[in-house]
Amino acid sequence: MAGTLEFSPDDRYNAFITTCRQAPFSDGALAGTAVAVKDNISTKGIQTTCASKILEGYVPPYDAYVVELLRQAGAAIVGKTNMDEFGMGTTTETSAFGPTQNPADPSRVPGGSSGGSAAAVAAGLVPMALGTDTGGSIRCPAAFCGIVGLKPTYGRVSRYGLIAYANSLEQIGPMAQTVEDVSKLMSVIARYDPRDSTMIDRPYDHRPSAEIKGLRVGIPEEYFGEGVDPRVAESVRDAVGILEGLGAETVPVSIPGMRHALAAYYVICTSEASSNLARFDGVRYGPAVDTRKSWHEAYQDLRQELFGAEVRRRIMLGTFALSAGYAGKYYAKAQIARRNIREDFERAFCDADVIAGPTMPTTAFRLGERSDPISMYLSDILTAPANLAGIPAISVPCSTVDGLPVGLQIMGRQFEDERVVDAAFAYEQEVRA
Amino acid sequence: MITESDIEHIAELADIGISKDEVPEFTTQFNAILDYFEVLDTVEGESAPDAGIVNVFRDDEPRPCLSQEKTLENAGSTENGFIKAPRVM
Repeated sequence: MAGTLEFSPDDRYNAFITTCRQAPFSDGALAGTAVAVKDNISTKGIQTTCASKILEGYVPPYDAYVVELLRQAGAAIVGKTNMDEFGMGTTTETSAFGPTQNPADPSRVPGGSSGGSAAAVAAGLVPMALGTDTGGSIRCPAAFCGIVGLKPTYGRVSRYGLIAYANSLEQIGPMAQTVEDVSKLMSVIARYDPRDSTMIDRPYDHRPSAEIKGLRVGIPEEYFGEGVDPRVAESVRDAVGILEGLGAETVPVSIPGMRHALAAYYVICTSEASSNLARFDGVRYGPAVDTRKSWHEAYQDLRQELFGAEVRRRIMLGTFALSAGYAGKYYAKAQIARRNIREDFERAFCDADVIAGPTMPTTAFRLGERSDPISMYLSDILTAPANLAGIPAISVPCSTVDGLPVGLQIMGRQFEDERVVDAAFAYEQEVRA
Repeated sequence: MITESDIEHIAELADIGISKDEVPEFTTQFNAILDYFEVLDTVEGESAPDAGIVNVFRDDEPRPCLSQEKTLENAGSTENGFIKAPRVM
């Protein structure tokens, strides 16, 4: 049934940066399915900007491996979705193309950084989308918009063709209305690729099963404590009660390293960003640098003009955290904290098969509400630990507070993406029945 | 405490231009963030290399790659098949 999909959505929430009116597709498991792709994933022949002016007009000459796999599976790539500039944000407000609105309440942010992908799915413009998750960027918007999003185990999905922000943390992952569709998209994109040297050859071939009898669900106290809206905590506890009703048992676990998680995360991601984003100099791609000026003057002028404030702030923070005299205080300590957190999870996973908690400490913020960096950073507290530990984590809608969606987050052992999918599926089937 | 002149120095190291008007706000934000990072002083443990991890290498064999034409397609300024960059000296 190969053909062309006509796509002209009513994009009232500003979910897309680029749409493809005529999207070709071929035969395969996703034949003719409209799939939206976050705009930091390279698409051959389709503009890819990372929501930054510094890549305006950039048309990649090649596909990311996940996009190649989507095309092979018959998907129609219908557009590139809005995001925080280079993935740096929790609201999609740092986009150079304007904020995306949350379809559940247009006065609210969709979350970020994959806010465009989440809004496109939540608004019903596409059944599936790809996002990327460095510190929660798939799970946060999934929770805020009331859809499902999976951050796969680090090393399970190829990052070839993903425009890098923080390589040691980020993964591409599926977003959709249902766990079944998330699982289906995951089975298309989780294929070994030697071009990403951090990959391990563990393809995902799984059909979700709702059988969770005897599953041990760890409940970390740190995920229900200070900073978490009590109403959000309560609705997540109710959701855990439903898992118990299905035969799961709960066990208390603890992740004491959580107190260092956010600081470690921000030191590591900004350090990696300061190196990765050095390549944006207007020489090989993006609006051209003025070659008549001297080297440093030309780059400084271009990068001041074309990077947004949050991107410049993070590049500078990372530059500082890695600079002589400070690297030991910040970067080296952050790496030790990261190891401690990973070991905390390993210990917890001796007693529990999965760990459950809220995805986000609150429901979606109002547009413009989180204008100072620290208050925005704090909202990543429950999602960033899974990136530091490299473990899989899914967000599935569990209820609403004041009409706004709440996400139940389920984390699992490394390479047990199937198990977190099953737990989310069991919950979803029970509440939708 | 990070001072305004530190901020200007970091911006220069990072090749990030910064205007005079922005310096005070960046300085305030930087200090608030670094205050938050202070919690890392309480991290316990030693850094040790991961065990059982091996590098992933491949043989250095020529493979097809993007053509010169494709490679230059997105460059803002080219000359005779080369990319032009600002002068260094």
